[in-house]
Amino acid sequence: MKVSLFITCMADIMTSNVGKDTVEILERFGCEVDFPDTQTCCGQPAYNSGYLENTKATMKHMMKVFRESEYVVGPSGSCVAMLRGYEAIFRGDPEWEEEAKKLAAKTFELSQFLVDVLGIVDVGSTFKGKVTYHPSCHMTRILGVKAAPVQLLQNVEGVDFVELPHGEDCCGFGGTFAVKNSVISGQMVQEKADHVVETEAEYLVGGDMACLLNIGGRLSREGSYVKVVHLAEILNTVK
Amino acid sequence: MGIRIGDPSFETRVQEGIENDFMLNSVASAQGRFRGRRGVATEELGNWEDWRSLGEEIRSHTLENIDYYLQQLSDNVSKRGGHVFFAATADEANEYIKEVVKRKNGKKVVKSKSMVTEEIGLNKALEEAGSEVIETDLGEWILQLDGDVPSHIVTPALHLNRDQIKETFANKRGYDKSNTPEELGLFAREELRKDFLTADIGITGCNFAVAESGAVTFVTNEGNARLATTLPDTQISVMGLERIVPTWEELDVLVSLLTRSAVGQKLTSYITGITGTRLAGEIDGPEEFHLVIVDNGRSEILGTEFQSALHCIRCAACINVCPVYRHIGGHAYGSIYPGPIGAVLTPLLDGYENHKELPHASTLCAACTDVCPVKIPLHEQLIRHREIMVEKNMAPTAEKIAMNGFVKWSTHPAAYKLSSKLARTALKPWTKDENITNGPGPLKNWTAQRDFPAPSQQTFRSWFKERQKGEKSK
Repeated sequence: MKVSLFITCMADIMTSNVGKDTVEILERFGCEVDFPDTQTCCGQPAYNSGYLENTKATMKHMMKVFRESEYVVGPSGSCVAMLRGYEAIFRGDPEWEEEAKKLAAKTFELSQFLVDVLGIVDVGSTFKGKVTYHPSCHMTRILGVKAAPVQLLQNVEGVDFVELPHGEDCCGFGGTFAVKNSVISGQMVQEKADHVVETEAEYLVGGDMACLLNIGGRLSREGSYVKVVHLAEILNTVK
Repeated sequence: MGIRIGDPSFETRVQEGIENDFMLNSVASAQGRFRGRRGVATEELGNWEDWRSLGEEIRSHTLENIDYYLQQLSDNVSKRGGHVFFAATADEANEYIKEVVKRKNGKKVVKSKSMVTEEIGLNKALEEAGSEVIETDLGEWILQLDGDVPSHIVTPALHLNRDQIKETFANKRGYDKSNTPEELGLFAREELRKDFLTADIGITGCNFAVAESGAVTFVTNEGNARLATTLPDTQISVMGLERIVPTWEELDVLVSLLTRSAVGQKLTSYITGITGTRLAGEIDGPEEFHLVIVDNGRSEILGTEFQSALHCIRCAACINVCPVYRHIGGHAYGSIYPGPIGAVLTPLLDGYENHKELPHASTLCAACTDVCPVKIPLHEQLIRHREIMVEKNMAPTAEKIAMNGFVKWSTHPAAYKLSSKLARTALKPWTKDENITNGPGPLKNWTAQRDFPAPSQQTFRSWFKERQKGEKSK
């Protein structure tokens, strides 16, 4: 099975290890992974800020990048939801409607791809520690991926899983919101960090780098010992 | 007072909210209660998604045929001896109501809870005309005594705790008992009962008007709407023009959605339907009944991409799940309609100019969209508001420059690659131990609240490239 990796700009620049782990997991399950080198960002920062018309150029670029791909898989619920969202955005556009539809149909978030497409619920990895999981907003509510990441995580040998209280609440990232409304965002991430600490977990796991960067940044500011890791990292820890 | 409340500056209002620990504690615990109860009640009903679809369908059908149903409603109210007045604006509504009150020599007016009368500023208009106006919903009464404004559309005094309420009762009404809800409630009941018995006019809102019969319905837990419509001789009900259902059958569905979504109850203690005036042989009900149907910007929303915002049945489920609301409180929105629905509705009713921060007062987490019982795509409408403000050239210049830069960056892979490679080096002066605690430019606001990690030593793409080369050489 051929899979094109959609790294997302965030993971590309900030946490390249997440990309590496994603590639290795996919290869472990027999996927042939390629990396279309001209990919950039899904366009969310500008689209969510109201710059729809300008952002269409970015979206068209991304559609061209993945035109030939059989599957597109990315380690982010939010960015994958955005790529899939092109379908609604270009509905009625004679030139791009079909293309957007095709991209939406073949694009998956990592855990979604593993569980729904490859049918894998246990990746056979080992990770020792008490972990909690933040189910990010776009992953769960826009993309509709709720069970897959938790199922994968709970099946990792050695993982002591604790539920995150009020996990469904937003961490306060919200793209430009974190900068534009930084005071409100600060209150929100503080609350999230408090809930994480409450669980007494050693690791906070998530499927969206942006949320993890936000929560991790707050935990770091507080000098917390909780380590923040992307799901891919845990799934790629083999004996 | 009308739709706008509080300090004109959003930043000031937010700061006031964030610093008000009493308020934030009350809000957080109320949200927790409502959310828990709502979850249980919807679970118990079963097939919640089907109920939501039905609710959406009913609201959408009604709005598509709103002129027909308004005509039907108006005809049926008239047949039952009532008067109908269509008010295009807040002023028209207030003038009409003042006229009625004056003609009936209405010295004392009792009111049941109504957001639309808050929206049009009715109390102020009536008081200026010389009437005494008494709010009889417990929350509204507390606010009225306190000179405060609602912070929530279902539980308007949500931002106050029982100690504060006790203090208000003590200061304004000489209350000398405890802060228990029972004693506070009993006191309010006794005080308000006197007003009910001596009022000349009863003014109510209207949860839904039923077109097929000309009835107005009220959903309350205190029974005050029932007293306000049965004791005074004159009843005036005020409704937004969208708050209409075709028949009792649709009312059944919407009330089922409303009470569960709002307070997690199967039914509220009182659900009242009043049709027309007192007929011969009846012992109660008003001699005179007026239905004031308020447009005030609503018809402008019909037929636009925001039409579904008029689906709203004012349950406040979106407010109760909103994390932004939880951290700033209702008053910070600067509108009597706070939270996600307020951020959507307020700019539509009152223009963007005074509310340009509202569409941005959301992380687009979509918790609101998820709970809305009539499926308003709230977070998508917030994005649409942002788009319109960009189209109207209302976005800050710095943002426009940044976004244009973003589009160039994300459509030119060479520039993207180069800048992503340089990110780590560029941030080096601010980086210490792989961490940035006081970043430059746009990072400044970020690091004011939290740390920012140093970008990876190697970008993913250069790793992948090297790996490919390595594989080839193997």
